Order: sequence, then structure tokens, then C-alpha cells
Amino acid sequence: MAEVAQLETPNTKAQSEAELRVLIDKSCRSPVMLFFSGAIFWLLVGTFFGFAASWKLHDPNFLISLFGVDFGFLNFGRFRPAHLNAVAYGWSSSAALGVAIWLMARLCHIPLRNGALVVTAGIIWNIGIFIGLIGILSGDSTSIEWLEFPPYATMFLFVGYALVSIWAVDMFLRRRPGHVYVSLWYIMAALFWFPWLYATANLVFLLKPVSGSVQGIINWWYGHNALGLWFTPIGLATAYYMIPKVIGRPVHSYYLSAIGFWSLALFYSWNGGHHLIGGPLPAWVITCSIVASIMMVIPVVTTAINHHMTMKGNFHVLAYSPTLRFIVFGAMAYTLASLQGCTMAIRQLNEITHFTDYTIGHAHLGLYAFFTMMMFGAIYYITPRLVDCEWRSSLLIKIHFWACSYGIMGMVLVLTVGGITQGMMLADPAVTFEQIVDGPPKYYRIARTITGALIAVGHIAFAIHFGLMMARLGRKEGGPAYL
Amino acid sequence: MNHLKTLFIGFFLTFLFAWLGLVVFPYLQLGNLQPYVDEDEGTSFPLELTGIEKRGMESYARNGCIYCHTQQIRPKSQGSDIERGWGGRRTVARDYINQKPVFLGTMRTGPDLTNVGVRLRDERWHHEHLYNPQSKSSWSTMSPYKYLYEKRKIQGQPSPDALIDIGEEIEEGYEIVPKEEAKALVAYLLSLNRNYPLPEAPFDE
Repeated sequence: MAEVAQLETPNTKAQSEAELRVLIDKSCRSPVMLFFSGAIFWLLVGTFFGFAASWKLHDPNFLISLFGVDFGFLNFGRFRPAHLNAVAYGWSSSAALGVAIWLMARLCHIPLRNGALVVTAGIIWNIGIFIGLIGILSGDSTSIEWLEFPPYATMFLFVGYALVSIWAVDMFLRRRPGHVYVSLWYIMAALFWFPWLYATANLVFLLKPVSGSVQGIINWWYGHNALGLWFTPIGLATAYYMIPKVIGRPVHSYYLSAIGFWSLALFYSWNGGHHLIGGPLPAWVITCSIVASIMMVIPVVTTAINHHMTMKGNFHVLAYSPTLRFIVFGAMAYTLASLQGCTMAIRQLNEITHFTDYTIGHAHLGLYAFFTMMMFGAIYYITPRLVDCEWRSSLLIKIHFWACSYGIMGMVLVLTVGGITQGMMLADPAVTFEQIVDGPPKYYRIARTITGALIAVGHIAFAIHFGLMMARLGRKEGGPAYL
Repeated sequence: MNHLKTLFIGFFLTFLFAWLGLVVFPYLQLGNLQPYVDEDEGTSFPLELTGIEKRGMESYARNGCIYCHTQQIRPKSQGSDIERGWGGRRTVARDYINQKPVFLGTMRTGPDLTNVGVRLRDERWHHEHLYNPQSKSSWSTMSPYKYLYEKRKIQGQPSPDALIDIGEEIEEGYEIVPKEEAKALVAYLLSLNRNYPLPEAPFDE
């Protein structure tokens, strides 16, 4: 907060601050651009898998033979996990690491140290994703949701990630003394939690597999925490940094930030069991998770109020700032996705929505409308500072924003309505399975493929634009690209 | 909260709390569940999987069956699983002690398979269905698993395993037979049967 205020005063201190920021951005160039370019590559790959998987759901023979070559083994059962892992680890986590690395340097107020270490981590990380995806497609999937990568790939991911965590602790210890900004709490926490989470899950499943339904609970403890204790903290750290930066105002309340952070840490970590309501587990596990899910109202509402009060009076900036537009979209989706998540843990509602497309809609609202849009906003802000040129075309940014925002809103809508329909039909034993598969849910799925195509258009526009920036073909003159 | 130590104690304790609750305690409670020995029948349930069934379980994982099919029956109070005829009782932790990985699943694009070995006993039906699901239900959106089968010239007598009713013409002089993996997968599907009694999950609840 204080640092934002400082920047506004035009004195020598501010000048040296500005010089420091230039120095920091320069030091971040290779590592952060490595993570960003990897992320965007995997985003395109993941979008393709997602689109093809979605199409296969209403046309199972789609893409099984191409130019006379048989691709029959690449069916839904392999594209679906390939999509999830490409977007969760390839895109989301790489983007999150890139943003976190840059934010670390900015918030520690020192140029990035040990750049070679971070670059090495990035290379190892991307090798892991490549090997993992090949593994899934060639039939080596573990069949554990969110952990499908075979063990020979997860080792790479773990090492790559752990190197970044170690690097971050070193940066933190050498930071310029003073107040630790809220974004930094979130980043440090996420970089500490995720390796613990990932190591536990991999030990339990791959090295020394535990028996039966304990796997189920640990699976969802992992799956939900990957969202709650890895993506969410980085998403929120981004919002807490970018909103005040772009509008030039400090965060509304320090206390709300603190309440939001610690209540998230306490409650989110207990949520996993709500994925198994009605499942073969002791009632206490599931009940604890339901309670924790409802308690999530506290961090979500606190953070929402804090962001809203910070934005208040500055909503007009949304008209021209690409960064703010994506970030505010993401922040609003965060509130919506989280409150929806709270209700989904209620037994009576879960009875309908469980095992349907409704859950898929919720997952996209969280990981796409919230997190991915947040990362887009951050990449729009950070990239020009690293490559010394501005985004070339406000048209491409507009295409990106509108295609992705309408695409994801449409997708969540059809999956939600389709999921409720599917759930109501499943709940009524008089409705046959034929009536469900061949009935309304099928048409919602076709609509979902169309919304997916729209999102793909946005991603292509974004990737082209980012490619131009990488090639230093951005604008060298004039101010930043406004909408 | 300006010190690494203070922050990390907080990170550590909050995470440890849930880690103990959702990882360690469930493991202590359920990690060493043993089969239930039925004195009257002289067998213990759930039954051990045979070698071929275990290979079929691996195939089930490899081909991503869990993305459309669950293997869990919720109690009568939670959904229509039992009324749909998918199972006679809810499934409980002990039912899964032989499953690695556990195939609880999260999605019902297709029907639940907890008891598919009870409902659909015909081996050939399963093969024909896996080869071309639409040959059994024209409305099905299930993926074909043709790559688990091979087309070969009939040498002497046709194979007893050859598929017949697959909804498409089979070239004269050729036959379509399951590869080892398909045989294993079908053996696994036929082994799926939770219709044995367990004291903790009576049939009438």
C-alpha cells in the first residue's frame, strides 16, 4: 500500500524507485518470458485437446481417423486428461510461476537473483509437461484426476517447482526491509504449500500406493487444494497487486486482506471431501469438508469487499486498461465461482449436481473465468515492461477479451443449465439413460463446443500478439496500448 | 506479519491441520481395512482379482474409463443410484480395498459400472460393444475401442472369439478378434460385482 503512494510523489526518491523498477524488470526478462512463452504454447495445446474432447462427447468418431491414419486410441478417455493437464500444469501453473517470479522481484524490491536457477527450473518444468502429455496420450495415464501424469513426468515437475520455491525463499530473505505486502503473503504461502501437496499426493499414489477409498479422499484433497492453495493464492496476489497499480490507489483495508488470507488458508485446505458426498467414506470426513466449504464465504466475501472498495470510483479505468479489464473480470468470477462452490457442498443440491456437467461448469468458472483471465491481465501488464515495447494492436486485445469473456460466460451457462437438466433426469429413476444421453444434455454439449471454439479464437489472437512481442515487433513509440 | 518465521509458522499450521484431517487420519482409519470373512460361505469379500482381471483394471485406467463412468453407489437418501438398479446397497470403503487406483469417478456421462458384471454377463456383448458401442445402442456417445481388436484373415476354422454383431460389414474371409488387452478389460468388467453382503452396508438401507 505504502509503496503505491510513494510512486505518486515526484521527488528524487521516486526517481530512484523508477530506476530500480527498470532494473528489476530487466533482471526478470529471461526467466519470466520463458515461463510465459511456455504457458501460451501449452494454452494452445490444451485448447485443442479441450475442443476435440468436447466434440467427441457428441460425435465419438470425431478425429479417430485422419488422412487414412488411424488415431482410434486418441479417444475421449485420453483427450480429457490431456486437456486438464495441459491447461492446469502447462498453461495455468506456468503462467502462475511467471507472474509469481516477477511479483516476487517487484515486491522484494531487489533485482532477480540467481536467474540461471530460475531458467533451469523453467526448462525442467516444461520438459516434465511435454513428457507427461505424451505419457497420457500413449496410455500411461495414472487415471487419478489432476494427477494423471505418469511418475516419470511428475519428478520433473516437482524438481522444477521446488527450485522456484527455494529461489523465492532466498529472494524473500534478501528483500529490502519493510512492510510485507499482501500479495507476497499469498505467493510465499502458495510456493510453500504446493510442493508439500504435490509431494504427498505423489508419494501416496505412485511410490507407495495406499489402499482403496483413502485414495479417493487424498485425490480430492489434492485436486481441490491445487485450486485453493496454488491457483487461488496466485490469482489473488495478482489482483491485490494489479488493481492498486493500475488505478493508482492503495488497497482499501489491510485488516480485510489479513482476514481474507488467513481464513482462506484455514478453510480452503479442508474442502476436498465435498467431491465425494455420498461416496464410500466415513461421514465425518465429508461433513468436515462441507462445513469448511460453507466457511469459505468468509474469505471470499472479505476479499470481494476489499477489491470492490479499492475499485470504487475508478470503474471508468475499465474502459481503456486491458490489464484492469481482465483482472476485474477475474475478480468478479472469483466471487461467483467461490460462492457457487459453497452451495455445491450442500448435500441436497449436491445430490443433483454431482456427476454432471454442472461440476465441469464450476471448474471452468474457477480455473478459467477467474484464474486464466487474471493471468491474461497480468501478462498484458508485465510483458511490455520486459521486452521494451508496447502491445501492437488494441484490436487483437479486444478480440481476445470479448471472445474469451463471451466464450467462457456462454460455456459456464450451457454447462450449468445442461448439468442441472442432466442431474434432474438422473435423479428420476423413471427417466431412461437413453433419454438422458440422447436428450437435452446432448444439445447443451454441442453448444459447449461452439463456446469452446469462441474461446479458441481469443487464444489465437492472444498468442499471435504475444508472438509479435517476443519477436520485438511491438510498438516502440507512443504510450501503452489502450482499448 | 513482516517476518518469514511468523508467516511460515502460520502457513505450516493451517496446512498441517488439514493434512492431518484429510490425509493422515483417513489413512489411519481406513488404510488397513481387511476383507470381510463370511463364515457361512467360507469366502472373504471383496474377492481378490485374478491376474487377467488386474491387467484389465490397468486397461480401464489407461483408456480413461473413469471420465464417463463412476463406480460408486450412493445410499438411498442421496440420489437414485439404487432405484436405477445400479446396485443393491451403497458401496463402502471396504469394497475398494483391492482397487489401485480407485475408480470412484466423478462423472456420469455413461452409467455407473459398480455392478456391471452382474447386469451384463455376456462376454461377446461386451466385446462387440467396446468395438462399436453404437451397434448396441444407436444413441450412445461412447468412444469406439477398435484399437483393442484386430482384423485378420481366417485361417482354417473361424476363431470362437470372433465378433459377429458389430453393426458393420466384416470383409469376406476376415474376422475381428479381441487382442489380449480387450480380453483383460472384459474380464475386469465381468468381475465388477458388489452384490456380496458386508455387515456395515445392509441391503435394505
